[in-house]
Amino acid sequence: MRTILKIRNLAKQFRLHLQGGVRIPVFDDLHLELAEGEALAVTGPSGKGKSSLLKIIYGTYKAGQGEILVRHDDSWVDLARAEPRQVLEARRRTIGYVTQFLRVIPRVPTLDIVSEPLLERGIAPELARERAALLLERLNIPERLWSLSPMTFSGGEQQRVNIARGFAAHYPILLLDEPTASLDQENKARVLKMIDEARDQGSAIIGIFHDASDRRAVCTREFDLSRAA
Amino acid sequence: MTKPLLIAENISKYYDGRVACEKVNFELWPGEVLAIVGESGSGKTTLLKCLSMQIAPNAGRALYSLRDGRTESLSDLSEAERRFLMRTDWGFVHQDPREGLRMGVSAGANVGERLMAVGERHYGRIRSTALDWLNRVEIAGDRIDESPRNYSGGMRQRLQIARNLVTAPRLVFMDEPTGGLDVSVQARLLDLLRGLVRTLGLSVVIVTHDLAVARLLSTRILVMQQGKVIETGLTDQVLEDPQAPYTQLLVSSVLQV
Ligand SMILES: Nc1ncnc2c1ncn2[C@@H]1O[C@H](COP(=O)(O)OP(=O)(O)OP(=O)(O)O)[C@@H](O)[C@H]1O
Ligand SMILES: Nc1ncnc2c1ncn2[C@@H]1O[C@H](COP(=O)(O)OP(=O)(O)O)[C@@H](O)[C@H]1O
Ligand SMILES: [Mg+2]
Ligand SMILES: [Mg+2]
Repeated sequence: MRTILKIRNLAKQFRLHLQGGVRIPVFDDLHLELAEGEALAVTGPSGKGKSSLLKIIYGTYKAGQGEILVRHDDSWVDLARAEPRQVLEARRRTIGYVTQFLRVIPRVPTLDIVSEPLLERGIAPELARERAALLLERLNIPERLWSLSPMTFSGGEQQRVNIARGFAAHYPILLLDEPTASLDQENKARVLKMIDEARDQGSAIIGIFHDASDRRAVCTREFDLSRAA
Repeated sequence: MTKPLLIAENISKYYDGRVACEKVNFELWPGEVLAIVGESGSGKTTLLKCLSMQIAPNAGRALYSLRDGRTESLSDLSEAERRFLMRTDWGFVHQDPREGLRMGVSAGANVGERLMAVGERHYGRIRSTALDWLNRVEIAGDRIDESPRNYSGGMRQRLQIARNLVTAPRLVFMDEPTGGLDVSVQARLLDLLRGLVRTLGLSVVIVTHDLAVARLLSTRILVMQQGKVIETGLTDQVLEDPQAPYTQLLVSSVLQV
């Protein structure tokens, strides 16, 4: 399997200007490679930088130093230095991201939230909605909720909407931040199966899983931040 | 298109020797929505006016990619080209709809007028296109013959948007389009704008001091302080990992964006 992500010499620290300029070091010199069909579990104690790593790969956090090389359309793009529109293009077709919490856009119905990534790839609206419906069904979201904004949904329901959105389109790289955290056993099993299927289709996965048994169920390799950086 | 639609090169504007905006540089690519944020008096409106030929900068220039593929400095355009941009290829949504509408004529005429400027003369077609646009901005068709004086603030703003979009502009400038409206009216207008921007694939430069508006509509943010651009980046990156002290202050001043 081909390498699809190469992180080199990544350093990151936060500087809190409003709080006396305090510096919070997160990574010092982090290296990481990932190949298609791999599922990497990022581990480490709370506050070690697991979520920050995913956000840096996605471009939500700025890399301090180093390279985030991503294979996009068969050429390597350094997302740490790319123009905003190149990052957006990589997000549209190469890197998917299921955040820990759903960021609800007010008043947008669940079905639209889930179909949006497909529409952005130019897929016909009816087809996109069909695929979105299929995913919501698979994740046990009752049909009567599909036309509502997830604003008032329970934590577990919101998380499943978020997962449905993240899995609507196929991405060569998929970032998952605690996707199973607030799910019951049955829903958790479904999500783990979806992760496995994505990997079978060649996606490279980087996930944070609180639960060691979830991690063992889907991951092919572990990356321990306590040792890495 | 594989080149920027609008390029700002070192744009500066001074009033009586005081800086209103200084050395602003950026590129706007087709389909991008750029939000200019910053506190009151930071030079946002001045910059927008320099970009849209409403005032002339003291230094620097703005370049625009014309429909025929040429990229020209705005100050070098012929009068006909300028007119074409102002009346057709650009839209300008003012904070105060009275500035962007003609209050003395009907809503239908406000929309129809921009169509006539592109040479449409057929009364029936003008009226049906106007009706279609009123419908798209959620104004009931039976209000078409009324003056916008009769309209509420939110309706006027939606009418101003219809008037601007009817000529299928490639670039739309907006200055605080949701300012001065009630919160619920603002929300409805934002939904409408968000839908239109996405379905029409518009390129937009929007000035706002409201980070929630920037979060909802824009793909990129440019932060201004005292006339200077102090930070730029992807919208989610600027809001979640702000670098400059002033940007951190802006972001921390709102409850949640
Ligand atoms: N936007 C931010 N601004 C400032 N500091 C931040 C920001 N995001 C994260 N941090 C800090 O960076 C460090 C790593 O945080 P991160 O959220 O990546 O941890 P984590 O490993 O995901 O923890 P958890 O298991 O609790 O989710 C922490 O010290 C955190 O406080
Ligand atoms: N026509 C003008 N004459 C003199 N000073 C002006 C004029 N327009 C703006 N200014 C000044 O330029 C600065 C920037 O103003 P403006 O662009 O309106 O800021 P913003 O839109 O960010 O609130 C302010 O100090 C303002 O007082
Ligand atoms: Mg975390
Ligand atoms: Mg202003």
